[in-house]
Amino acid sequence: MFVVFIAITLGITYWASRRSRGSSAYFAANRRITGWQNGIAVAGDYMSAASFLGIAGIIAFQGYDGFLFSVGWLVAYLTVLLVVAEPLRNAGKYTMADVLAYRLRPRPVRAMAALSTLTVSTFYMIAQMVGAGALVALLLRGSGISYHTAVVGVGILMIVYVVFGGMLATTWVQIIKAILLMSGTILLSILVMAHFHFSFGDFFNAISHVSYHDKGQLVVKDFLQPGLRYKPPYGPLDLISLGLALIFGTAGLPHILVRFYTVPDAKTARMSVVWAMILIGAFYIMTTFLGFGAATIVGPDFIKTHGGTNMSGPLLAQNLAGDVFFAFISSIAFATILAVVAGLTISASTSFAHDFWTNVVHKGTERRPGEEVLVARISAFVVGAVAIAIAILLGPTANVAFLVALAFAVAASANLPVIVLSIFWRRFNTAGAVAGLATGLLASIGLILVSPSLMGIDPPTVTGTARHLFQAKPWFPLENPGILSIPLGFVGAFLGTLFSHEPQAAVKFNELLVRSNTGLGSEKATAH
Amino acid sequence: MSSPSRKPLPVVLPETNISSSPVSTLAPKPSQNTHQIEWDRVAAKQEFKDLMATKKMFIVPAFVFFVVYYFALPILVGYAPSFMDTKVWGPVNLAYFFALSQFFMAWIIAFLYVKAANGFDKLAKDIIDNLSQDSAAKLANSRGGN
Repeated sequence: MFVVFIAITLGITYWASRRSRGSSAYFAANRRITGWQNGIAVAGDYMSAASFLGIAGIIAFQGYDGFLFSVGWLVAYLTVLLVVAEPLRNAGKYTMADVLAYRLRPRPVRAMAALSTLTVSTFYMIAQMVGAGALVALLLRGSGISYHTAVVGVGILMIVYVVFGGMLATTWVQIIKAILLMSGTILLSILVMAHFHFSFGDFFNAISHVSYHDKGQLVVKDFLQPGLRYKPPYGPLDLISLGLALIFGTAGLPHILVRFYTVPDAKTARMSVVWAMILIGAFYIMTTFLGFGAATIVGPDFIKTHGGTNMSGPLLAQNLAGDVFFAFISSIAFATILAVVAGLTISASTSFAHDFWTNVVHKGTERRPGEEVLVARISAFVVGAVAIAIAILLGPTANVAFLVALAFAVAASANLPVIVLSIFWRRFNTAGAVAGLATGLLASIGLILVSPSLMGIDPPTVTGTARHLFQAKPWFPLENPGILSIPLGFVGAFLGTLFSHEPQAAVKFNELLVRSNTGLGSEKATAH
Repeated sequence: MSSPSRKPLPVVLPETNISSSPVSTLAPKPSQNTHQIEWDRVAAKQEFKDLMATKKMFIVPAFVFFVVYYFALPILVGYAPSFMDTKVWGPVNLAYFFALSQFFMAWIIAFLYVKAANGFDKLAKDIIDNLSQDSAAKLANSRGGN
């Protein structure tokens, strides 16, 4: 199953590499992807290990509160649809920074934007690799293949997709993976309902009586009851903080934003968001079956001792339909991780090559035709190597949905304020953009470092990777920094703008306004 | 094969450099000025202002509505957990149904937006069609960004 996926995707990569010539082809698939294709690809890029493994895991352990992740993950697309997708497509070329640099001084803005893109992508990648690690550890137990070998294998495959196939291959890998993921999830949901004789009454009755061991005591909890994860005093605030990070972070995720450059025009970009919302919504509603199914049929106790929260989905498959189906679902999870990592790698390397190398280091000119693509290929290779290293360093400890939520917080605090202000605020200028990106980035990462996820006092019995990084009382009480770091990102952008003077930035505002709202002069699809 | 691949290279034309780099503002090239005047003229047109107003009339209320509707969920769940735990259908509580309703809310707003946006597209097309041939060609070919 997994071998078939690899064979097909490598075939696509070969086909794509023969069709890809030039920057527009490599970075934006010639802007000829259709609306529904891009919609499925956006959904594929988005439904990562965090969704399939992570959310199912949180629901399986903490019930209803986990389902709130699912809700935010879909509703966030309204921000993308209403605010950023179309202006971005009309005014940009390959990266988010194209829009920012439009009327601002390109070098400082692009340098900061590239830094922020790389940071968000790295956070996201860590989550995927932790998921992959957990999966491999469980799958290959006793098979002789070591965790290291498997991770290196995954990494090399991903590098091959991106380096040789570019955006076209990455898009098709996403599409195939999204279809696989949807079919696997539908199948699993049907099996869960079959287990309950297709009676929603029985299913929800079981959910309201989930029993497991907590600190040696057998407890029975109603998993539909809110508050199992987000407990007072800070839980409610943390929940709002998470909501803010999701709703405003999605519209700042570089690997989602670059997808809108692969379509011919703004209308197609809009339709691709709608297609993505249909798929993503259907998928997240089904996390009800995956997560609660794992809680009721497999049980938190069993999952805890057989791979941890992230393995809830695959273990559910094993319980319902045996080892073959378990392998099938695990392969889908693996393909998911592979595809998302490829998407992250291409957006990170595009940003490095287009924003940093060509526009910051070489002031906007390619010294030779093809240089930009070459640099992107080299940086894809480096990013891939870094991802492999991180995966080997990290153990399967934290829940991956939670890790990804942190990536959203960074994107919401650093990227979103400057994107929105550069499109809507005439007075906005370079100093504002740099200050906004910097404060958002520093605030979100700083707050994560001093949050309860990384700071805490462990009893001596807790050892290894389960120990907190800093042994002290957390300085910031919330797990997710969004509620403070997003306003800080906006404040930074405002203050930076108000304390500086740059009339040139306002001169081109009308041009950006007309372009982003009418599509006049936007980048056209190219023939191949 | 070679010509389409060369076209989209991120070459910054001299005129875009001028407006964005503070050093060279002393000597703006004439082509930059005429482009800039064209863009400003379109932006000042009544049709363009109408387009912006029409868009605002849909997007602002839709955005406010979805943000309020969405954040009602974590706020109610966080601060009124026992109310949200009210059983509505068998063991299923208000919290679950409210969360589920968010999916349909998102789909409905997306659907309404697509319908409204078809209207925006028409207005934008009218603006482009009404430009004089000369200025339309200028704007379509002027490379923005840097």
